[in-house]
Amino acid sequence: MLESSVAARTGSKPSELGGSIIAGSGKPFDRKKRLFAMNRFFRYICIASACFVCLILFLILILMFRTGVLTFRDISFADFFFSTNWNPMEEQYGALIFIFGTFALTALTLLISVPLSIAIAVFLSVFVPGWLKNALRPILDLLVGIPSVVYGYLGLTVLIPMIRNVTGSGMGDGILAAALVLTIMVLPTISRISDDAISAVPRKYSDASYALGATRFHTVWKVLLPSARSGIMYAVILGMARAIGETMAVVMVIGNTAQLADSLLKPTSVLTSNIVMQISNVPFDSTWNYALYLMGFLLLVISILMIATVRWLQRKGVQG
Amino acid sequence: MKSTQTANPFQGVGKMNRLNNRVFTLLVWIIGAAAILFIFGLLFLILEAGLPNLTWDFLFGLPSEIDEGGGIGPTLINSFYILGISLIIAIPLGMAAGIYLAEFAPDNKLIGFVRICVEALASVPSIIFGLFGIALFVEFFQIGLTILGGAVSLAFLNLPVLVRVTEESLRAVPKELKSASFALGGTHLQTISRVLIPAALTGIVTGICLVAGRAFGESAVIILTAGVTTSGEMWDFNLFSPGATLAVHLWYVQSEAIVPDAQQIAQKAAAVLVFVVLFINLVFRIPLWLKARKMKG
Repeated sequence: MLESSVAARTGSKPSELGGSIIAGSGKPFDRKKRLFAMNRFFRYICIASACFVCLILFLILILMFRTGVLTFRDISFADFFFSTNWNPMEEQYGALIFIFGTFALTALTLLISVPLSIAIAVFLSVFVPGWLKNALRPILDLLVGIPSVVYGYLGLTVLIPMIRNVTGSGMGDGILAAALVLTIMVLPTISRISDDAISAVPRKYSDASYALGATRFHTVWKVLLPSARSGIMYAVILGMARAIGETMAVVMVIGNTAQLADSLLKPTSVLTSNIVMQISNVPFDSTWNYALYLMGFLLLVISILMIATVRWLQRKGVQG
Repeated sequence: MKSTQTANPFQGVGKMNRLNNRVFTLLVWIIGAAAILFIFGLLFLILEAGLPNLTWDFLFGLPSEIDEGGGIGPTLINSFYILGISLIIAIPLGMAAGIYLAEFAPDNKLIGFVRICVEALASVPSIIFGLFGIALFVEFFQIGLTILGGAVSLAFLNLPVLVRVTEESLRAVPKELKSASFALGGTHLQTISRVLIPAALTGIVTGICLVAGRAFGESAVIILTAGVTTSGEMWDFNLFSPGATLAVHLWYVQSEAIVPDAQQIAQKAAAVLVFVVLFINLVFRIPLWLKARKMKG
């Protein structure tokens, strides 16, 4: 078959007789060379992809910064960060309400979710027998995948009426409702990663601890959790990032009103919800739009700072 | 604590320990059981309200702006379409970058920095990718709110997660396998494609499932880059038509639309969303479970 195809080629193009001999002999490009060439080529593809991922981050950073910083052409630095007067119709762009809202919401969410998630992680990794563990872990994974709008929708239709009934307040939407919804959302993230971290602690550590006569409480508290610390920290930070950046679930339950959240049950607004509610109806080159991009840049800086903190904590943990 | 004649200094400690242990055990069991019950309750609540009322007319019907009886057809198609495009972009890139970090990268400051970049990108809020998408596609390329813009922005959102998952799964493969492959004379590429990736497949596929589920339900990015409307036709595969997905439609119906049956549409849309996410997870994981069982037996 090979000969026939070579013959056909030489038949149609007699001038390339030499070429067909080279192609047939396979010497210049044999299997070994081909493998090494592909190996190298593959390596370059991988390097390019890694560079591309970094490039995206820098593109985003530069773009958000360049657009966001234009805000300060029209309003002062102090006005943006320390004024609570957000009124785009009258050219007032004070973002303190949203910044405060974001921090308050995240803190409240973590306060509720971290102890619960670590308890669930310990439950899954230490308490539950093996067969049940294998059944339960995928179920938690499924919960991670439930879309945020669905959580928002449930918050709106189930949680808010419930809060209204329990507290007797008129509205029900606000920081508390948003924090409860976010807790449910970050719970599987934090507990699943912490569970992985705790399970990854070598078996001999806990065996040694039990052999020394420690109770299960002691083993978990003094051996497993400290050993899994960096993994748990990573889980908490990921959960925190999700809580800070979550948009749609929060939009649906927080009330979207530009007022300072000095009460748990007062409709307010956070950075993400304000951006998504307003971005689609502003012209691109207006101060309003620049201010929204600046708020986005702020979110970006917060999330990157969190990652830096994790790194720093981890390095300190390794040294100490 | 009263002192005894034997004066065992550890007696009190032992009692406290046992008590602590008991309280701790009870607490963890209660929280764990409550969480599991809660999850099942939640899934039941969503699915039970919507699934029994689903009809083909609803699944493949056109949405309506004013009258009752609108469907979710175009948004459902868009959801799968955008998910598919974004995965086609993100999986090769993400896996290649993950392979680089796990296998090729030297252990120096620069690579440490690259790793921080990936981690930072993974923690960037989804809305930022939406803003980025607006600036890139609406302002720079001037193509407006399109399926293409939504899919590419979504791919960027998923990229760092895929990188991390691939890197971690590859690192978890025992060193002996890799050494054995090298000892047999395999090149690095052969080792990666025939030994490491098959060995790490469970982790990678699990990661892809999580990412796909997240992308299917993602709404903030889509609202900003693909809009809240569809072209209003079924089977519209034009990359440049507006591409509201099912998740966006759920939000839109619940908070903006004026149709009288918004509540029913929202219930059914939520049920479909959750069902598809569960389905994606099951279909892709069952073969892996079977494979794991076969390897054990």
